[in-house]
Amino acid sequence: MDTETPGSSWHAITQAVLKRHKVDLVVYVPDNVLRPLIDGIHADPFFTTFSVAREEEGLGIIAGAWMAGRRGILLMQTSGFATLANVIASLSVPFQIPTLMLVSERGTLGEFNIGQTMVARTMRPVLDCLAVEHHTMTRLDEVEFILDRSIVQAVATQSPVCFILSPLLTGGKVFAA
Amino acid sequence: MALPANHPAGRAQAKVMNRFDITKRMVARLHHDEAVIGGIGYTNFDLWAAGRRPQNFYMLGSMGLAVPIGLGVALAQPRRKVIALEGDGSILMQLGSLATVAARAQKNLAIVIMDNGAYQITGGQKALSDQGADIVAIARGAGLSQSAWAADESAFEELIELSLKEDGPWLIGCRIGPEKPADTTERDPPRIKDQFMRGLGVKT
Repeated sequence: MDTETPGSSWHAITQAVLKRHKVDLVVYVPDNVLRPLIDGIHADPFFTTFSVAREEEGLGIIAGAWMAGRRGILLMQTSGFATLANVIASLSVPFQIPTLMLVSERGTLGEFNIGQTMVARTMRPVLDCLAVEHHTMTRLDEVEFILDRSIVQAVATQSPVCFILSPLLTGGKVFAA
Repeated sequence: MALPANHPAGRAQAKVMNRFDITKRMVARLHHDEAVIGGIGYTNFDLWAAGRRPQNFYMLGSMGLAVPIGLGVALAQPRRKVIALEGDGSILMQLGSLATVAARAQKNLAIVIMDNGAYQITGGQKALSDQGADIVAIARGAGLSQSAWAADESAFEELIELSLKEDGPWLIGCRIGPEKPADTTERDPPRIKDQFMRGLGVKT
C-alpha cells in the first residue's frame, strides 16, 4: 500500500526514476490513482507536463519527442490504454520507438464499474499479442527495479514498454457506496 | 497575430488547388532543415514525391497523429520549425489535438491541412469536411487563432512564409482536388525513423 512518506511512496520513487533517466516530458489523461504522481510532476520544474484530450494523441507526442531527442512517458488508466492498440501496432512497434507507458490499473480487486472490469481484460492480451514488454508492479520494493531496468531496456532495444500499477501497490480506487 | 487580411472567410470561398503542386511549393520554401511530419495517405505520398528530405517523417498508419507527432518534435527541438501535414479525414479523427496545440501555444509548429472533402484513398467517400465541417473554423474554435484558408497558390505560399518566419502555432487550410498522388512512399519504417533522427541531428 501507498505511504505518504516522501521518497518512499510509489509515486515519489517513480518520479525520481523518471528524473534519473531524463524522462522529462510527461503527458497524461488524468486518473484518480495517478493524482499524487501528476501533482508531484507538475510541482517539479524539471518536467514538462500536460494533459491531452485522448491517449492516442499522447502516444504520438512522446513518439515525436523521442525521434527528436527527448524522452517522454504517457500516463493513463486501463480504459484509456484500450484506445491504443492501433497506435502501438502502427507507430511504436514498426518504427521501433521506445514509447514508455504507465497505466493505473482499474477493473480488478474491488472494481465497482462493470465497464472497467470488461475493458481491463483486454489490456494484457493486447500487450502480449503485440509482443510489448509489460510489468505489473504490486509491491513498493519492486517499483524502482522494474522502472529502472525496463527504461534502460526499452531505450537499448528501441521497444515500447508498459508499466501497470496494480491496486495492490496503489490502493486503487475504492468503492464509495 | 499577423494573418493576411485577404484570406477567405470559409472553406467554400477557397480555391481548389492541386495537392502535389502545393506540396512542392511548400517544400521549396524550406531552407532551415524544418521538420515535416507527413500524415498517412495521398498527403504522405505527395510529400514523398516532392523530394525526400531527411527532416521528413513519413507516417505509415496511426491515422490522425501527424499533429501530435509534430507537437512532440516541436517540444523536443524548440528552435526548429515543424510542419504537421495532414489530411482532412485524418485531422477529423483527432480534433482534440488542435486544442492541445493551442493550449501549449507551441510557437514553432505549423499545421497544414490538405482538404479534398473525401476519403480519396478508400474510394472517394465523402468526409465530414464536405458536409459542413470547416476545419479552419474548428481550429479557431479550439484556440488556434492563427488559422486561415489559403485563397489560392500565392496566398498559400504567403501563409507558409509567414508560418516559417513568425511565431505559431499556425493552421493553414488548403482545398485540394481529386488528383492521384505522384508517387508512393516506400514502406520501410525503421529506415524512415533512422533517417529522420539523423536529419534532426539526434543520431550521427
